[in-house]
Amino acid sequence: MDLDLLTSFFASAVRVATPLLLAALGETVAERGGVINLGIEGSMLAGALGAALGASGNGLWTGTLVAMLAGLVVAAVFAAITVRAGADQIITGTAISLGVVGLTGTVYRRVYGPEGVGLTLPTFPVQAIPGLSKVPVLGPALFQQSVLTYLAYLAVPLIWWLLFRTAWGLRLRASGESASNSRAAGVHVGRVRTVGVLIGGALAGLSGASLVLAQVGTFAEKMTAGRGFIAIAIVVLGAWNPVRVMGAALFFGAAMALQFLFQSFALGIPYQLFLMLPYLLTLAVLAGAWGRTAAPADLGKT
Amino acid sequence: MRPFAAVGAGLLTLILGLAAGGYDPVLALAALWRGALGSPDAILSALLPRAIPLILIGLGIGLAFQAGALNIGAEGQFYAGAIAATWIGLSLGSWPRLLAVPVVLAAALAAGLLWASVPILLRLRFGVLEVISTLLLNFVAEALVSWMVQGPLQEAKHIYPQSDPLPVAARLPQLPGTRLHLGLALALGLAGVLWVFGKRTLLGFQLRATGANPLAARVMGGVNTRRLFGLALGASGALAGLAGGSEVSGTSFALFQSLSPGYGFTAIAVALLARLNPLATIGTGLLFAALEAGSSAMQREAQVPAVVVSVVEAVIIVVVLLADSTNRNRDLAEAGV
Repeated sequence: MDLDLLTSFFASAVRVATPLLLAALGETVAERGGVINLGIEGSMLAGALGAALGASGNGLWTGTLVAMLAGLVVAAVFAAITVRAGADQIITGTAISLGVVGLTGTVYRRVYGPEGVGLTLPTFPVQAIPGLSKVPVLGPALFQQSVLTYLAYLAVPLIWWLLFRTAWGLRLRASGESASNSRAAGVHVGRVRTVGVLIGGALAGLSGASLVLAQVGTFAEKMTAGRGFIAIAIVVLGAWNPVRVMGAALFFGAAMALQFLFQSFALGIPYQLFLMLPYLLTLAVLAGAWGRTAAPADLGKT
Repeated sequence: MRPFAAVGAGLLTLILGLAAGGYDPVLALAALWRGALGSPDAILSALLPRAIPLILIGLGIGLAFQAGALNIGAEGQFYAGAIAATWIGLSLGSWPRLLAVPVVLAAALAAGLLWASVPILLRLRFGVLEVISTLLLNFVAEALVSWMVQGPLQEAKHIYPQSDPLPVAARLPQLPGTRLHLGLALALGLAGVLWVFGKRTLLGFQLRATGANPLAARVMGGVNTRRLFGLALGASGALAGLAGGSEVSGTSFALFQSLSPGYGFTAIAVALLARLNPLATIGTGLLFAALEAGSSAMQREAQVPAVVVSVVEAVIIVVVLLADSTNRNRDLAEAGV
């Protein structure tokens, strides 16, 4: 295979993996606390619109901040309904993602006109790390990306440290394993879980920002297209461990980037088959992985 | 009382949201009313045709949720049914209608069942949560439809991303001068059948018992909850597939990409608001059909984006869930737990 082609394939795999990684890291925190949040699809979509609104005229970092805030607000609604009021997490998450589709669609059309015309936004420039980006094949993939990608990879050790090396992380994980035991040990389970969900929401918002401001450069209705749900599968595949989650996210980034690679071969295979690939791969991998990795024991229980 | 409170909360959110967004709520709600119930034509050609898929899918989701199968993939099962109905329907032009229509609908039903059998297998054999697998299969189904209408099933001239129209023989009969088709009778009949099934059969009783308390049903009642799970999720897929078939055969007469405006998700609200009761599903199906029909008119006449109804649906779902969990907490407190 052509070396240039391989180089650009790896680079697009890492770029495409960035939003998945950010959302999956956030969901890892929430799920370690025992909360499965299907609303991160909504947090991500709200983040994407927040990024678009914030970045039009106010700069990329404003957009990024607004995105994180939007993701956080959506997660706060989810936490209030599930952690506080004890409603079913899965249906609430689905409902929230559904509601955010309506909300972002409405706001988007309200702001940018009833037809929702195509919108061109500034994007984070690619910043090559001197020297390292010159490494053949993998150099551009790892060291010639936007700042949000670097942030995502910095978040991996940070989240790992938070979960496994801090007292709060211990309380969070204990709440995820057994809410009743943790409560007996004096942990404010509701508070700890809420914070976990909020961190997850902010990261999902950031993930939306990376989709808009580092990948696509525009906003479109329903543009997250299930990436939040894929992120949930990535968490399972990554066994609720940030480092392995990163590996799983890269694997899916590669699956999604395959379509660019195959399109350049012009094999005459319908492109829709490549659109299906990441979802089918997720199912196949989950079938292989589920049961062999231990989920937090109290995950999804209210 | 609770369902009305949920609907009230949904509508209140809509009004406040419209006002906050700078729309005229009175104008918008008037358009909503006109589009849904304002004229015989609105009722027969806008509201009732939309109620058919919502009732059919809602009935299935009701069954699945009772058995603890969280089927979030009705949208994909609907599309599987729509693809099968189109495929079979296009080749039945020379058949008598009395034969062709049932074959088309049976194909749709089978396709929905087949689509749902993947998550059933994944759950029972590999332990993969059906929530995730049904959700992911929605995206696969959408890509499949996209391929079909630009590939094998594209119309003869190969210009538009849609199928050829179905031959008349494969179409469900419509009430002359309206878009209302015989699928309504099918939906109402199935609601009745499922209500009787729930009240009068052992399997139906087991299903309701499992919905009320899965652990007790399994341990004390000797219910095979795994079998029930598979049956209910399969039936739910079949009903969603049937809805896709009836949509193609009775309303659109062709396959295209945005055939469903999210019926599979709206139907979750339909089923939950009906408290998973088949007869109540008719009522909630009509209600959400009215919202869908009205929102199209709202977009046309008051420039309010139609997607705003998704917010109303989400609020209704959440209020029903909150009411449920409040009740459960109260019950637990009374029981001294």
